[in-house]
Amino acid sequence: MARITLDHIRHSYMPNPQGPEDYALKHLDLEWQDGGAYALLGPSGCGKSTLLNIISGLVAPSEGRILFDDADVTHLPPDQRNIAQVFQFPVIYDTMSVYDNLAFPLRNRGVDAGHVDARVREIAEMLEMSDMLGARASGLPSDSKQKLSMGRGLVRDDVNVIMFDEPLTVIDPHLKWKLRSKLKELHYRVRATMIYVTHDQTEALTFADQVVVMQEGEVVQIGTPIELFEAPAHTFVGHFIGSPGMNVLPCEVRDGGAFFNGVRVDAKGAAHAPSGADRLEIGVRPEFISFAEAGVPVEVTRVVDAGRYRVAEARAGDARINVLAREGQAIPEGVAHLAFDPEKTGVYADGWLVREG
Amino acid sequence: MVTKPDNLGAWFFVLPVVLLVAFNALVPLMTVVNYAFQETFGNNLFFWHGVGWFEDILRSERFHAALGRQLLFTGIILAIQIPLGVIIALTMPKKGVWVSVCLVLMALPLLIPWNVVGSMWNIFALPDIGMLGYTLNWLGFNYNMTQQPLSAWMTLIAMDVWHWTSLVALLAYAGLTSIPDAYYQAAKIDGARPWAIFRHIQLPKMKRVLTIAILLRFMDSFMVYTEPLILTGGGPGNSTTLLSIDLVKIALGQFDLGPAAAMSLIYFLITLLVSWLFYTVMTRHDNA
Repeated sequence: MARITLDHIRHSYMPNPQGPEDYALKHLDLEWQDGGAYALLGPSGCGKSTLLNIISGLVAPSEGRILFDDADVTHLPPDQRNIAQVFQFPVIYDTMSVYDNLAFPLRNRGVDAGHVDARVREIAEMLEMSDMLGARASGLPSDSKQKLSMGRGLVRDDVNVIMFDEPLTVIDPHLKWKLRSKLKELHYRVRATMIYVTHDQTEALTFADQVVVMQEGEVVQIGTPIELFEAPAHTFVGHFIGSPGMNVLPCEVRDGGAFFNGVRVDAKGAAHAPSGADRLEIGVRPEFISFAEAGVPVEVTRVVDAGRYRVAEARAGDARINVLAREGQAIPEGVAHLAFDPEKTGVYADGWLVREG
Repeated sequence: MVTKPDNLGAWFFVLPVVLLVAFNALVPLMTVVNYAFQETFGNNLFFWHGVGWFEDILRSERFHAALGRQLLFTGIILAIQIPLGVIIALTMPKKGVWVSVCLVLMALPLLIPWNVVGSMWNIFALPDIGMLGYTLNWLGFNYNMTQQPLSAWMTLIAMDVWHWTSLVALLAYAGLTSIPDAYYQAAKIDGARPWAIFRHIQLPKMKRVLTIAILLRFMDSFMVYTEPLILTGGGPGNSTTLLSIDLVKIALGQFDLGPAAAMSLIYFLITLLVSWLFYTVMTRHDNA
């Protein structure tokens, strides 16, 4: 168990990186608290797997240091870092039984047989696999195989962090939620730090206490699921999390207020918008917009029924705005006016949220 | 279950293949079966002989000796080629320009016609002018493969190893490169030593290709003919007379068609039985 610190980490897969675009990880300064459940969320190619491999020691960073508590482990190989990793595809040792698979990491470390047996049975119990300990691992269904590869991480009592690299990719949809809740339960029981890499927002938001959103080799926001939802620090987070994503509308800022299509919109941070920004936008989630008597004039073009809510697509000039209407709320046809919740509407300068004060 | 009406016209299209297979496999095989149960005194007159030829062959010391030599040869070359091929595959580079260089070099022996391999090694091993034979004698070894059975055997095995280890290596290499990186990474994290990685990841993942490699090498070496015939002609004496060479001697040298036919069938059944047994045992754990 340990706190993990990433100290000014940069990484490039090229031997002589020139500009920032050559870096898979541009600049990372992060701290993972002991026992936390973290999700690393981002689109494919954003550098999240690279980051994971740097923590596990499979990749050495080009620059920077990794500390486990206060010990520098930057150049230690994976087996000396006391970490565990679960991969996209279940990695199991085909020729061994379930029992031997679970015992393998302990036996490699010379743990005595009595303790191995106790640990294997304890973990099998947790994973609900006690009745299949004697079975050949190769014959298991894929979700059991993935549980088994998690088990090989859990079985060691010296594990600092368990990392999951999109572990539900090959699992059937109806088993995904089962494994996900199992994972959450395991986190409560073993209290090891867990880092869960995914590009699926549902997985990230349901698993993690803290979500780290990455884009193009950079961390754009770290926060609880609620924070990511209510105050995205970057328009990318607004787009990426939520369905449909946040509306991002071009705006002007003058006299301390934001104007969209010439209409004044109350938005947090409008008074602090930097004057030198190339691009000013307001961001508001479809959930925080309602139809009103007065406000932003739009034309409703389409309504999509998503079951428990409906999404109205509206047009204002060139901009398109999604409005989410709960059950029972009326959606006007044709020309209408929209009101934005001023507490949940933010101003973004060059993509980044303008903070008040 | 959807049942389709029988389309009799389809059989018409299969007919050419049926005929082809009949003429190049079934008819010759049946001819052999025919000979195996009959005795002939020439003039195309045949008499029923029952299983007499089979009894003769199974009791014949000459057959036992040839079968023994054959099993010894196949056993030795398998024991050398399979581990050696795996070792070569393990040491081959996984990426870069050297991959192609290695693959081409490995494939070269496989592309040489069998009789050429035999001739090459024959000349190579000649004690007076061959590079191998001359060098060995110059170094003080008493080596003469045309007179000493041991020398003949060693040359025969060296030739087969040279010719066919590449096949095992290429198959094993294909098996190795298909192992996803995650397995090696997981093994590293689990603290597995190189031997454990080989034993629990590489070997199991190579099992299918190695099964095929062993089967191919078993069948080919068990039926090998051209190379030993050209290298040693079965000599000195009968010391390198393998089953196929002996069979040809009986059939075409002595023209004993009945015993030769019975021997062919026994030979065929042994090959079939061993291959089937081996394949069944190796794949019994595979789930479809």
